[in-house]
Amino acid sequence: MQEKKSYLSEAFLVALLVAFAVVPLLHPSSYQIMLASHILVWGLFAVAFNMLWGVTGMLSFGQALYFGVGAYAVGLMMKHLGQSWFLPGMAAGLVAAIVLAILVGLLIIRVSGVFFTVLTLAFGQLAWQICFRWYHFTGGDDGIQNLIPPGLLGNRFVYYYFTLVVVVVSIWLLLRLSQSPMGVLLRCVRQNPNRVPFLGLSVRYSQLRVYVISSLFSALAGSLAAGVDNSIHTDMLYWTTSGEVILMSVLGGIGQFFGPFIGAGAIIIIQDYVGAKTEYWSLIIGLVMMVMVLLLPRGVVGEAQALKLWLKSVRRSNGG
Amino acid sequence: MEPVLELKNLNKAFGGLRVTNDVSFTVMPGDITAIIGPNGAGKTTLFNQITGHLVPDAGSVFFRGEDVTGMAPQAIVAKGMGRAFQVTSIFPEETVLENVRMACLARRNEARRPFRNISTFKQATDDAYAILESIGLAQHAQRAAYELAHGDQKLLDIGIALGLQPSLLLLDEPTSGMSPDERQLTRDLIVRLWKEFNLTMVFIEHDMDTVFGIAQIVRVLHLGHLLAEGTPDEIRNNPEVITAYLGEEVQ
Repeated sequence: MQEKKSYLSEAFLVALLVAFAVVPLLHPSSYQIMLASHILVWGLFAVAFNMLWGVTGMLSFGQALYFGVGAYAVGLMMKHLGQSWFLPGMAAGLVAAIVLAILVGLLIIRVSGVFFTVLTLAFGQLAWQICFRWYHFTGGDDGIQNLIPPGLLGNRFVYYYFTLVVVVVSIWLLLRLSQSPMGVLLRCVRQNPNRVPFLGLSVRYSQLRVYVISSLFSALAGSLAAGVDNSIHTDMLYWTTSGEVILMSVLGGIGQFFGPFIGAGAIIIIQDYVGAKTEYWSLIIGLVMMVMVLLLPRGVVGEAQALKLWLKSVRRSNGG
Repeated sequence: MEPVLELKNLNKAFGGLRVTNDVSFTVMPGDITAIIGPNGAGKTTLFNQITGHLVPDAGSVFFRGEDVTGMAPQAIVAKGMGRAFQVTSIFPEETVLENVRMACLARRNEARRPFRNISTFKQATDDAYAILESIGLAQHAQRAAYELAHGDQKLLDIGIALGLQPSLLLLDEPTSGMSPDERQLTRDLIVRLWKEFNLTMVFIEHDMDTVFGIAQIVRVLHLGHLLAEGTPDEIRNNPEVITAYLGEEVQ
């Protein structure tokens, strides 16, 4: 017997690549490129975050920790060693994120549910405090400015396409993961963690692996963000950053692979357009979130998916 | 022949309550053993000690000649012990196929592969379809598991355990919550699976038609200790068992 294999997700990813690739051609202003870059970076961050929450059922309120580690690895190396250390800084950020995620992960995956969430928050805030107080090394509240990537990457078009390729390849890797045996195993861990040991498989080990993978791609997003904004600041480590990525995932739909990406795009665009008209943009985000959670709890992509299934069943019952 | 399972003087107490009281028995390859006893006799607790969910206070569990006492459930299961549950335990949002395929992948040590699409694991997929054919769920392969009827979900639970190609299969009340017709079908199915997969089985059951219909050896637990063991006929006529448990039911 042969299964029907759907290439819908791959097609969506290609469409995404094409759509973002033409942005600089249609709108060459640095403003539009900046907006698109933010969507890409936060989209990757949100998709990586959702591997933990939507897929495996581990709600982390501290992924800002890794977003910040990625950003600060780039920022600190460029500040203390020189501009040419941009790419080595990215690599260092990834290594630091892996090591940190293993150490923190071994401590916090022992607990589950709300205790896990609180511990992730605590570790995130700890990192923020250290960064905030250690003024002469991290720049404290001032952050680090003038982070211009070296050579060709200093060109904003080149950097935009660099970001696009890194983000699309990363999301493709995460998509492969979600469709692999490990991805299904992670969903099983969320749905029925008591049964997993009776497949001869360890729940904790699976949770640690996805925690490290999610943190790795969160750090990658953070290090890309450093080059997009040419500056970093302690807010990247603050709990509001962790909260924002949760909002994005809820808005887009945590049950769908691309939901968080769509959510990231929606929130960034709302912030941008509403923010230009009124300083109360966060009120609008709040209202949108309230409507979503109360009326459309599956998120934009999840509800669209449900609508499609419903239409199909209506057509089937009419036709049948 | 080496026994598949050997319990030696197993003891377990919760506070002052002795739920497992010096239980010893041996299961040989190919046996179908039923464990019966009134509610609270310690049947599920015994299963939990065999599969590593609970650590016995004293005594040991040997699985295929190896002392597995105190090992984690996943380690024991990985050695070839499958278990289906009294309260159905499946992965509700996954398809019926995916539920069984996950077990087949686990047996082939492929369940943690992070890159290749799951549907390209041909061996595990074929194994899973073969099991779905055997348990009669092949036509539901692409449906979400939560959509199945209760009886079918119980079968799927057994199917997941079969995916591990277990040397020992533990079934906790395989026919609970079923109608008499479903029970008959499940009994036939269990016997057929037993032949087809060369299984060794231990099952807990309250339904006496199932117990006396398919078990070769019946062991009676009462207040945590082994009250009697023997062939179905011996047990049926054992006066102690009749007083303690069977009562009027069989007479």
